[in-house]
Parts: sequence; C-alpha cells; structure tokens
Amino acid sequence: MACEQPKTHLHAYLDGELDAAGMATFERHLETCADCAAALDAEEGLRRSLQQAELYERAPESLRGKVRIATAPTPARPSAHPGAWRWLAVAAALIIAILWGSRSFFPTIRSPQQAAWTTTLLDAHLRSLQPGHLTDVESTDQHTVKPWFDGKLDIAPPVRDFAADGFPLVGGRLDVIEGRTVAALVYGRRKHIVNVFVWNSQDTVPVSDSGERQGYHWVSWKKNGFTFCAVSDVSLPELQQLQTLSFQQ
Amino acid sequence: MLEGRDRVRFEETVLPHLDAAFNLARWLLRSRADAEDVTQEALLRAYRFFGTYRAGDARAWLLQIVRNCSYNWLQKNRPLEDISELSEASMPQERSTPESLAIASHNRERLSRALEELPAAFREVLVLRELEGCSYKEIAAITARPIGTVMSGLARARQQLRTVLAKSAQKEVGHGV
Repeated sequence: MACEQPKTHLHAYLDGELDAAGMATFERHLETCADCAAALDAEEGLRRSLQQAELYERAPESLRGKVRIATAPTPARPSAHPGAWRWLAVAAALIIAILWGSRSFFPTIRSPQQAAWTTTLLDAHLRSLQPGHLTDVESTDQHTVKPWFDGKLDIAPPVRDFAADGFPLVGGRLDVIEGRTVAALVYGRRKHIVNVFVWNSQDTVPVSDSGERQGYHWVSWKKNGFTFCAVSDVSLPELQQLQTLSFQQ
Repeated sequence: MLEGRDRVRFEETVLPHLDAAFNLARWLLRSRADAEDVTQEALLRAYRFFGTYRAGDARAWLLQIVRNCSYNWLQKNRPLEDISELSEASMPQERSTPESLAIASHNRERLSRALEELPAAFREVLVLRELEGCSYKEIAAITARPIGTVMSGLARARQQLRTVLAKSAQKEVGHGV
C-alpha cells in the first residue's frame, strides 16, 4: 500500500519543524507505515553520517586577521615630515606651560556642573566632525534649515545665514547634550566648522562665557530667551565676531 | 566607515559568524582559497552596509551577503557552473531503491565529494541545515525563498545526495574496492 503522506512531512518531522500536533500525528502514522519508518531510518542515517564526517570548515586564522585589519579604524596618516611633530610637541609643551602658569594668576572658578556641560558641548562638536555626522539637514538656506527644526524641538531657534560676513550656514542637526535635545546650527569659517548650540534659556544650564580647551574655543551668550554656545577650533575673536553678528539681528 | 560604537557593535554581532560565513562560501565555491577571498569581500561589504542592519539575526544577515557574493563570484569566474534554482530538477529523480536507502558508514572524503557533486542550490540548503543547523525559517531568509520551497528543496537535496552516494558506492564495488 502506497503511503499518502507528503514526503516533505517526513523531512519536517526529521528537522523538528512540525508543530506539536503535527509531530503527534506523524508519530502515529509511523507506527502503521513501514515505508515511512524505513525512510526515516535512512534519513537519520544520512544525517548521522554527515555529522560524523565533520564537514564544517572553519575560517583560517589568516582570514580572521585580514578581516580585522580591513575593518580596523584607519590609523592617522604618518607625517611626511617627522621633524614637524617634534616642533609641534615643543609648541604644545610651551602652550601647556603658559596656560598652567596663567591659571595660577587668573584662576577661573568653574562649578563641576559647568565643566561637565562644557565638556559635553566640546564632545558634541568633535562628534559632529566625524564623517556623516555634521548635519541632519544640509542647506545654506536659512528658510530651509529653520522649518526643519519645527516639531523636533520645543523651541524654534533663530537661524540666520552670515555668509556675507564669512560665516556661511552649512546646515543644522539635533544633538543630545546631557539628556537634553538641543539645536545645533552649523556654520563654515574658511575651512573650519563652527557649531552653534541653541537651547532654551529657561533650562538654566551654566556655561562660562568663553573659554579654551585642547585647542577648541567656545563663546556663549543669551538672546531672546535662547542660550547660544559657539564651539570651534577657530580663534576666540572669530567666535566673538559671530556672537556680535547674532546680536545685530 | 564605521566608527566608535558602531564598529564595536559590528565586532560583537557580525564577526562571531565568520566561521559560518567561510563555511557557506567554501561549500558554494568548492574551494578554500576562493572562499577566503569571497568571505573577505562579503565581510567588507557587511561592514560598509552595517548601517542597514537594524537588529535581529546577524548570522542570517551576514550569510545572505556571503551567498550573494558567492553567486556573483561564480557567475563571473565559473560561468559554466550550474546555479539554477531549487525548483528546477537539475538531477535525474530516482525512486528510492533498497540500495540507495542502505547507506552504510561513509567517510568524510566520499561525503564531501558527493556533496560537491550536487547543484549549488541543493548543496546550499543541505549545508545550511545539516552543517550550520539553520531552521527552515532562517534558510528561507538567507536564500530569499518561501519556506515551502526550502522544505521540498531539502527533501530533494537529501534524495540526490543519497543517489550520488549510492552511485559512488557501486563504482567502488565495481572496481573491487
């Protein structure tokens, strides 16, 4: 008597792919169908052979190494003039020495909270310089950038293009600073990038007016209920120029 | 290029499946050397497109890429290779005979050769199921086929493997081995 069970049932049973009811039904069928019982035996034998043969082939170590290297972060390009590094190191040491000295003359009193907020703003600036992180909306048109923030923030930050004064608008993005979502306006300054973070002044977040850390400057100001903080590696006077432009609006 | 957190996530979620990637490529290409090249290419591609991977089965996601890379490679480098679909019966269908059912112990050599003799589409479902231990659902996702096709393809692949094994056994008997 020919078995009327579809052949795939046997395989689904073998592979544990039938549901509980299906398993039970098929097991009952096996008790009465010698054909299927023999076929199942054969399938199980084949599976055992395949498993015992150890056919699985693992990746060679050389490949593992190659993949690691290929996906490792690109190392900094070595300088063509190794001598330059030495001078930079000397310069850096000098700057540190001068800053260290000046600190004792003009001690800046900063609360820990202020320091934390400033650090986060600087981090956000650095993060934005990574490829693909600078802008969520890329446009030199203030009428494109400003509406983009609508509905994404509880504030409507003022967006102006200062291209005529050497600070062309590049775009905008949202950033999260210490758990708060803030607007970040991105300006170009020659080949440099300036991030202007904007948040509601009611969020009384203390930022010292201006400062410098590791070659990055920030200038902070308040206007119309907004707090602005411009961060960049351009000079402090240039950031203050941007501040003045903002006040002129 | 990935950086920071994404790169760590790639290392934690994708790289652990390097063996699975290599194993699939090796059986699809039937060569360790070619599999090494194609796996590396697939991993780089996975790395580049890691942004499109959201969550879920990282192994299936990677194997899908490996499979695509392998078939592209075959098309380019071995255009005569049979990479037809599962639904097309590329091998003569034989009814199970007592001889073909009675497979004694098979050594690795013979099984490996028999597996390599199957058309790629059948070989890959067997490798994914028997060596990689994938579920039907996972195989369906990796090979972009409906589960029903995977199920019937697997049944057919086993049948074909058994046929090839029976033939090779007969040959050996014929040669008095």
